[in-house]
Amino acid sequence: MEDRSQTRRDFMKMMSMGAMAALSLGSLSCTQARVEAFLQKHFREMTEAEKKEAIRRLEETYFRKYGKKFHISTQPADAAVLWGYGLDLSRCIGCRRCVYACVKENNQSRINPQLQWIRVVRLKDGSLINLENTEHYYNPEKVPEPGFQYMPVQCQHCENPPCVRVCPVHATWKEPDGIVVVDYNWCIGCRYCIAACPYKGRVFNWGEPNIPPEELNTEVHYLGNRPRMKNVVEKCTFCIQRVRNGRYPACVEACPTGARKFGNLLDPDSEIRYIIENKRVFRLKEDLNTEPKFYYFFSA
Amino acid sequence: MKIVPLLLFAIIAFGVPVFAARHNEYPVSTPPLTEGIFPCSNCHAGMEVNAKKRELKDEHANIKLHHAENDRWCLDCHNPTDRDKLKLANGDKIQFTESHLLCGQCHGNIYRDWKVGIHGKRIGYFKGGERVYFLCVNCHNPHDPKFKSLKPEPPPIKPERKNGR
Repeated sequence: MEDRSQTRRDFMKMMSMGAMAALSLGSLSCTQARVEAFLQKHFREMTEAEKKEAIRRLEETYFRKYGKKFHISTQPADAAVLWGYGLDLSRCIGCRRCVYACVKENNQSRINPQLQWIRVVRLKDGSLINLENTEHYYNPEKVPEPGFQYMPVQCQHCENPPCVRVCPVHATWKEPDGIVVVDYNWCIGCRYCIAACPYKGRVFNWGEPNIPPEELNTEVHYLGNRPRMKNVVEKCTFCIQRVRNGRYPACVEACPTGARKFGNLLDPDSEIRYIIENKRVFRLKEDLNTEPKFYYFFSA
Repeated sequence: MKIVPLLLFAIIAFGVPVFAARHNEYPVSTPPLTEGIFPCSNCHAGMEVNAKKRELKDEHANIKLHHAENDRWCLDCHNPTDRDKLKLANGDKIQFTESHLLCGQCHGNIYRDWKVGIHGKRIGYFKGGERVYFLCVNCHNPHDPKFKSLKPEPPPIKPERKNGR
């Protein structure tokens, strides 16, 4: 017996492709790519061959759009890995170097809309708990300023992520190595996840993203820093394209005070495990039971 | 002819291993020496050693010691005879690339954190590639170690007000 749903899918594919081709014979190849993108399966249900095909199509689309050869990875998670992040609040000086390193590495839109995955908030000394009194537009001549503490906030990669639970189309999920990812091709832009996230960890492309072509990073991951389109949600992915290759995330390398730490929570010899076992550690809004894998700590 | 292998053996057995072990343990970055200043022996070789605390006028005038300056002077850390090396409190000579040993003599708790990668910075590959550890002196000027304040990168743009709202 032939699989029924498969037959229906094939039928729809044929019909719509025929209709679209008939509508615009002029730009056939372009239209076909759009139809294929429209009919693309959910990323987690794709076979290796289908993934390869989708990547080929995306690389072609990017080449047409940006005139640059992209390398899109689909490297899966390593089974022996659960990523964790450490941030030393006694060392952070609020200089925002991490924010701009992230923007550059991850191809965020620079202006109109300006999207940033890291938000550095400034707190008055002695009110670290009081997030109501934070400010993230601070702009003094020099940092750190006396009387203030700084706390960068980004996606906390919750073990129990509320953003994933509310997505009506399963366009966002938690990978086996703990990274919460978004499939931009599957996202419908409803922004439920933005409303659900208690950390403001997600941002939305209200307009067509703006990136100077010469600043594009062409080493990308399908679930990470590949260029996005209008009307999709995006967020920190722990630099999935780097960490799955054994490299530190861009923000870790950019931090001038070395306040940012990264490692494998399942490896007892990792830096992050040492922090959790030996330093004073807290997680943001722990009372919500989101179980973040982002550990703030004090080394001094 | 017999003396050459013996000499080689001696170097391999006693000289190199101590050196190599120290270097491989922590793949450190290059110390931020002022360009053209190293090797120090270029100038210091024929110079008489002057251990007196004084104001440096002709050379090294840019160095303003602000690191327990009342108790310390150049030759507490710089080796007086072999100028291209540093000196530990016990008299051991060390390379400039091993300066963390020198800093660790006093800042033990920080040194402990540095060794496990909690204090300081590491870049590159944590797995399957080359990793570089920043030396203490890559971030802290040893003569004035307090971390200097920086100009912050610009804040995010505030959302526009539209239609006067």
